[in-house]
Amino acid sequence: MTAQGNLKRVLQSGAFAVTAECGPPRGADPDMIRIKAKILKGYVDSVNVTDNQTAVVRMSSFASCVILKDMGIDPVMQMVCRDRNRIAIQSDVLGASALGIKNILCLSGDHQRFGDHKGAKNVFDIDSLQLIQCIRDMRDEGRFLSGEEVKGRPDIFIGCVENPFADPFEIRAMRLAKKAAAGAQFCQTQCIFNIEKFERWMEMVRGLGVHEKVSIIAGITPLKSVGMANYMKRNVPGMDVPDKLIDRLRGTPKEKAPEEGISICVETIDRLKGIKGVCGIHIMAIGWEEIIPEIVKSAGLYPRP
Amino acid sequence: MIIADRKPFDEIMSMLAPYRDILVLGCNECVTVCAVGGAKEVAILASQIRLRRTKDRISSEVHEKTIERQCDIEYLEELKDTIGGYDAVLSLACGCGVQFLGERYTDVLVLPGVNTTFMGVTERHGLWTERCQGCGNCVLHRTMGICPVTRCAKSIFNGPCGGSSEGRCEIDKDTPCAWHLIIERYKKKGMMDMYMEIVSPKDWSTARDGGPRKRQREDMEI
Ligand code: SF4
Ligand code: SF4
Repeated sequence: MTAQGNLKRVLQSGAFAVTAECGPPRGADPDMIRIKAKILKGYVDSVNVTDNQTAVVRMSSFASCVILKDMGIDPVMQMVCRDRNRIAIQSDVLGASALGIKNILCLSGDHQRFGDHKGAKNVFDIDSLQLIQCIRDMRDEGRFLSGEEVKGRPDIFIGCVENPFADPFEIRAMRLAKKAAAGAQFCQTQCIFNIEKFERWMEMVRGLGVHEKVSIIAGITPLKSVGMANYMKRNVPGMDVPDKLIDRLRGTPKEKAPEEGISICVETIDRLKGIKGVCGIHIMAIGWEEIIPEIVKSAGLYPRP
Repeated sequence: MIIADRKPFDEIMSMLAPYRDILVLGCNECVTVCAVGGAKEVAILASQIRLRRTKDRISSEVHEKTIERQCDIEYLEELKDTIGGYDAVLSLACGCGVQFLGERYTDVLVLPGVNTTFMGVTERHGLWTERCQGCGNCVLHRTMGICPVTRCAKSIFNGPCGGSSEGRCEIDKDTPCAWHLIIERYKKKGMMDMYMEIVSPKDWSTARDGGPRKRQREDMEI
């Protein structure tokens, strides 16, 4: 096996990890990725690339991850079950590992109803849990889903997501336990705006002992404006934006809103640091990646280990 | 049963445009129950076509008939002396009926008058919803009688996904989340331990993915 990825190294060292999300461009220009990555380099331990998020066509996560890798960034390749069957998925896992991608994040994927190709046929051959198990078995057992032998096992740090704000709430910790049992090693959560609810979820997670099996990385999204907060609340499935947060932004003069958004973010990070079982933060600054260094510095998380 | 929707009238009219003598042929089974292709709907559609053609000054003969089942060779036989006399047959049966009619009478042009949509139930008068996709290997005993293949928008076997909110599916607020329903039933029956079992990938070869399916029972063949 080759050297481990940076994300795994940081998590195993016990340091508080910082990861960020990078949405790839809706075109073929690799510089669009490089520009975003340059901003993030040195401020985060790894960078996720989304896989046609909200079912809108973008540059592939796989290709974008290779670009990041070439820049010396540890990429997290997101992989959804919407667009590929088990043949394509396993083939991409092998290819990713061959090109030095060390982390794969397994998701179901947003339904194509949200995207720009509503008439597309979806796949959903396997689900996200089965995908986790599939990669683990390829790596640890050297077996494909068919039972056939993998010659040259992929070396992958397996990630999953969980949304503590989706329903039914009481099964959300159990579902993470299921993912841990399937082989997930780290978990990046949905953006946290309702921190009280997140704390309740973490309590349940700890109750099941799952935090000892999976490194939980808490999702953060800086809110740039009250409009963005309202949009997230109304239009993004499974997003919980409390009214008091919206009121706080509304009470701020428009030009000061981004600043306030950053303050909220940093306060949230401070609180997250104190929650037992939270191993890091994952910053999803949708369309606002340039703010990430400032957030990392303000939160006292710079320099990176 | 099989649920269908009447095709838009203008689409039907443009399909029929090249033909003068037309038979509108209904089916007495599913499409009658879901009020789209029974004798009543045949009569309505036939008169709509006649009216439009009269208005457009197009000379035309529109005939009506409804048979017991268009998906059964036995019932197709009763058409054998008459069906050759039309320029086209507009079938209001489901896609199975349309095809089977055309297979039995290869010289006859059969056109679809309905869009076949799904296998489902009549929830109440005027509301039909999908229940089964005929995956060929039923798992309802493991999912408390709620089909994850059909009723979960992502056919997830270890649900629910992160989009489930207040019992509703992420795709729209009118669609119940199948996994929410399944979990409610697990809880009610004290069977949550079943939820913790990881369900392995499904073998889809018994479903459509395995190619066209056939069921043969030699003991029934004559
Ligand atoms: S599991 Fe398969 S056979 Fe059973 S209801 Fe669902 S689609 Fe139909
Ligand atoms: S919300 Fe529920 S029904 Fe909809 S895709 Fe997710 S698990 Fe399936």
